[in-house]
Amino acid sequence: MVDKIVHSIEEAVSDVYSGATVMIGGFGTAGMPSELIDALIAQGAKDLTIVNNNAGNGDTGLAALLKAKRVNKIICSFPRQSDSYVFDALYHAKEIELELVPQGNLAARIQAAGAGLGAIFTPTGFGTLLAEGKECRRIDGRDYVLEYPIRADFALIKAFQGDRWGNLVFRKTARNFGPIMASAAKCTIAQVSEVVPLGELDPEVIVTPGIFVKRVVPVGASATARAA
Amino acid sequence: MNRMNRDQLAARVARDIPDGAYVNLGIGLPTKVANYLPKDREIFLHSENGVLGMGPAPRPGEEDPELINAGKEPITLLKGGCFFHHGDSFAMMRGGHLDVCVLGAFQVSASGDLANWHTGAPDAIPAVGGAMDLAIGAKQVFVMMDHLTKKGESKIVEHCSYPVTGIGCVDRIYTDLAVIDVSPHAGLLVREMVEGLSFQELQRITPTPLTLWTP
Repeated sequence: MVDKIVHSIEEAVSDVYSGATVMIGGFGTAGMPSELIDALIAQGAKDLTIVNNNAGNGDTGLAALLKAKRVNKIICSFPRQSDSYVFDALYHAKEIELELVPQGNLAARIQAAGAGLGAIFTPTGFGTLLAEGKECRRIDGRDYVLEYPIRADFALIKAFQGDRWGNLVFRKTARNFGPIMASAAKCTIAQVSEVVPLGELDPEVIVTPGIFVKRVVPVGASATARAA
Repeated sequence: MNRMNRDQLAARVARDIPDGAYVNLGIGLPTKVANYLPKDREIFLHSENGVLGMGPAPRPGEEDPELINAGKEPITLLKGGCFFHHGDSFAMMRGGHLDVCVLGAFQVSASGDLANWHTGAPDAIPAVGGAMDLAIGAKQVFVMMDHLTKKGESKIVEHCSYPVTGIGCVDRIYTDLAVIDVSPHAGLLVREMVEGLSFQELQRITPTPLTLWTP
């Protein structure tokens, strides 16, 4: 019997190793898998490369991981925010490397990895600082920049419901990067608010098919494990 | 002269958004346009974090931290609205599916280059978000901004001195003084000016040639 449900969050992240590239879902705090990040901090892996849209908010979640000095490099589109003071301090102290990627290119490069593509030509960023030194090509009268896929060893994402085969549905705008990151990592770990019995998720509305997901861990006060 | 305030400017932009349009309003000043969309038009607001059919801000106490816009502010969803992941969301933008996007700007050049993401200051932490995708993706890109900086320098320039966000991507500029089309053939074409402002005066404060549109 295939059962991807993991009941301990510590166990869910136990094999994340130092030096790994880890995608973390979320746009700001919506969809950020805070409990998985806390477990990763406790687990101790360091020298990580993190892929996220932002670079942490306040002192919790991704910001706490940065504050614990576990991250060497962050690949993101929008690090500077009103409450990104943890990242700001590390950046100014040159204690973290930043690869800045336009948000749509970030999404497209993650999707390219998940889809097994070798590279993409994207119009976004052409002629700007963020395309400097990159190969460009004019195709059908439009200019494009060559960009390479972003792959990860692990993806930590947050979904609403999941079943033991790893099928996932999401909640509102917390979906954001979850489905595409799930496809681009060797090992995707999803924290869910609720585990439901196999067959309960409507196959017409499953957003992330279980093939992209290795582990599902129920988290939070409302999390119930009704898996069968 | 009757310089437009920010609400008047937002209302002016809103008038040009047609019924049935798919629209992205950038973070900051453009967000105000939503308050002035004509009630008799059905207009779809897109937010790049993954929502189409965005409604107004929720009532106090009804905010949902998982229902936000690209500015990370709480929103509501209209009946018929939907959610999607970032890949789909940026396909809508980059793939030319949005009819209009409205952006703020530091500068717009005579050929429609846009600078709105980075001041280029050496100690500034760069952040780009979806600005470059929005700049080149929508069928029509509207910029709304003050005509002059606080120091009195024109934000419409011959060439951008700030790092650009996109090349030749702006279609129309709405400032507190004028509405100006960026025409590939005719250059900067002044469509409207606020009451009491002469074309000569507008040209005097704008360091690149303007043409007065005539019907």
